[in-house]
Amino acid sequence: MSFELETAENRENLRRVAIEPVSRVEGHGKVTLLIDEHDQVREARLHIVEFRGFEVFIQGRPYWEVPVMVQRLCGICPVSHHLAAAKALDIAVGAAPVTASAEKLRRLMHYGQILQSHALHFFHLSSPDLLFGFESDVARRNIVGVAAAHPEVARQGVLLRKFGQEVIRATAGKKVHGTGAVPGGMNRHLSAEDHALLSRDIHQIVDWSRAAVELVKRLHRADPALYDVFGTFDSGFMSLVRSDGAMDLYHGDLRFRDAQGRILRDHVPDQDYHEVISEEVKPWSYMKFPFLNDLGPEAGWYKVGPLARVQNCDFIPTPLAEAERREFVDYGQGRPIHASLAYHWARMIEMLHAAEVIRGLLDDPDLMSGALLTEGAHRREGVGIIEAPRGTLIHHYRIGEDDLVTMCNLIVSTTHNNQAMNSAVREVAKRYLSGRTLTEGLLNHIEVAIRAYDPCLSCATHALGQMPLVVELAGPDGTVHDRVVRD
Amino acid sequence: MEGPAPRVLVLAVGNESRGDDALGPLLARRLEELDLPGVRVLADFQLQVEHALEMDGAARVLFVDAARGLAGPFSLAPVAPAAGRTAFSHALAPAAVLAVFEQVLGRPAPPAWVLGVAGESFELGEGLSPQSAAAAEQAWALLQRLLARAADWDSELTAR
Repeated sequence: MSFELETAENRENLRRVAIEPVSRVEGHGKVTLLIDEHDQVREARLHIVEFRGFEVFIQGRPYWEVPVMVQRLCGICPVSHHLAAAKALDIAVGAAPVTASAEKLRRLMHYGQILQSHALHFFHLSSPDLLFGFESDVARRNIVGVAAAHPEVARQGVLLRKFGQEVIRATAGKKVHGTGAVPGGMNRHLSAEDHALLSRDIHQIVDWSRAAVELVKRLHRADPALYDVFGTFDSGFMSLVRSDGAMDLYHGDLRFRDAQGRILRDHVPDQDYHEVISEEVKPWSYMKFPFLNDLGPEAGWYKVGPLARVQNCDFIPTPLAEAERREFVDYGQGRPIHASLAYHWARMIEMLHAAEVIRGLLDDPDLMSGALLTEGAHRREGVGIIEAPRGTLIHHYRIGEDDLVTMCNLIVSTTHNNQAMNSAVREVAKRYLSGRTLTEGLLNHIEVAIRAYDPCLSCATHALGQMPLVVELAGPDGTVHDRVVRD
Repeated sequence: MEGPAPRVLVLAVGNESRGDDALGPLLARRLEELDLPGVRVLADFQLQVEHALEMDGAARVLFVDAARGLAGPFSLAPVAPAAGRTAFSHALAPAAVLAVFEQVLGRPAPPAWVLGVAGESFELGEGLSPQSAAAAEQAWALLQRLLARAADWDSELTAR
């Protein structure tokens, strides 16, 4: 099946514009537009080169090594992979649930990851576009430009990120290649020294997170004509939800809603994900397109991540974030919000929630004492699902009699959002680019739409000199008429 | 009692499981084992905004990373602060981290250099290529010279 603007007729007669990183090593995103003689966009596609070979990298390894090895998949969200793998392997060692201390320590680690990732995304990657405008001087559209115009915003962004990293270090043992979570639990408590360090700063972190929500709300209120329309399209939502309907980013069951907000599927156990989700392969994309089996590939695709989670849950179990969720939902006037830029608002609500969760956990003595490991009857298969910063992350393993991994299946957040990001690109291309002479600022609209989803396209390698962006304008015969390289 | 703050920060970046991308962390580990006075070593997958804060108090900063397209086994070049954001990546370039330092801390960034070591293959699960293993040895010799007499860094510049 094909969506509007997914595949043009008479493609050979159209001009092609590619927004494309030169190297495939890190720059995994590429956008192609096909444009007719009247500058009308006839086809728009986001191609993402998914990390292939990772499953093979894991197969054949002892299962207990996996939570550490999977961190090498991604330099951006290693903690999410670490915890999803550990959760899957808890099932394999008969340790579900893990002990109270282990679960709370993992939650602390996970919400630290949410906090630092959301801070990086909003303050570093997105706020330059939002504060200065999509067509502003490209030289200002970075965090340094933000710092010059809004020094406190930039400083708080860096320090929020730093705090989240300290939470990870304190629970995982170190910031890189942490070993905190193991199949069956955790291998360390929070030290008294780290507890004091984090407790000293957490109230400031909560305050800054509240200010960040206020900032993003001000941006929405200042220009609703843009924020409510840009990259808006209907789709379903998917996320984990706690058994009582609360937002829970660490553990829960799967819930699916349709574009009108009606629950389609609820309380789907994580171990059964493969019974409700399938993945469609398209010839033009390395990355698959997941969908809810009940509705099929045409209608069953969905959004994941902050925009989905904030609207999929019934409530957020921390007071400040819950008040913000209610205001967010009210803004939709009874209908789910589908605007791509609303991801930023939802993301900051989640950052506030993460800060509140961390503050609450730091009062819990179980972080510093209590049993860390448990074990029961071993199984040869386990699924671990976690709500990573950018959306639902699924790890699924099978283990042989020799304790080596025989099968590994990963569905990462960016894959879940593949169709949604393509839809955002098409919506923006149709509304803002069609019929106009392309400029850097107009092409940045495409990047803004993609960035709203915070796709993780960097798979932990990034050698120097790898990331220039090339925009080529080619004629129907393939002749390149114009080429711009942006470092 | 803590000693005086290290005066040189070595910031190595790369992923040990992706072939020649391991050059940075492997060199960092060798440096850590030397435990040189006045030298602090940090290794991470990628450069991020918070690394700017790690530079606070350093007299100079040396970034160590795998690099493509070098004419020789390595290059050593000074790097100045420069704002920048990549289109689809969360990671920063060394110049951008220095720029974040200046804007967030409100003072000039410490003098910084980039030691790029030639890498050519970055596939998941691979080890170092033979060429990069050889380049790493030459870079290691340079690193030891640099950190033994930091005042003479400029004379070691090999940027091409």
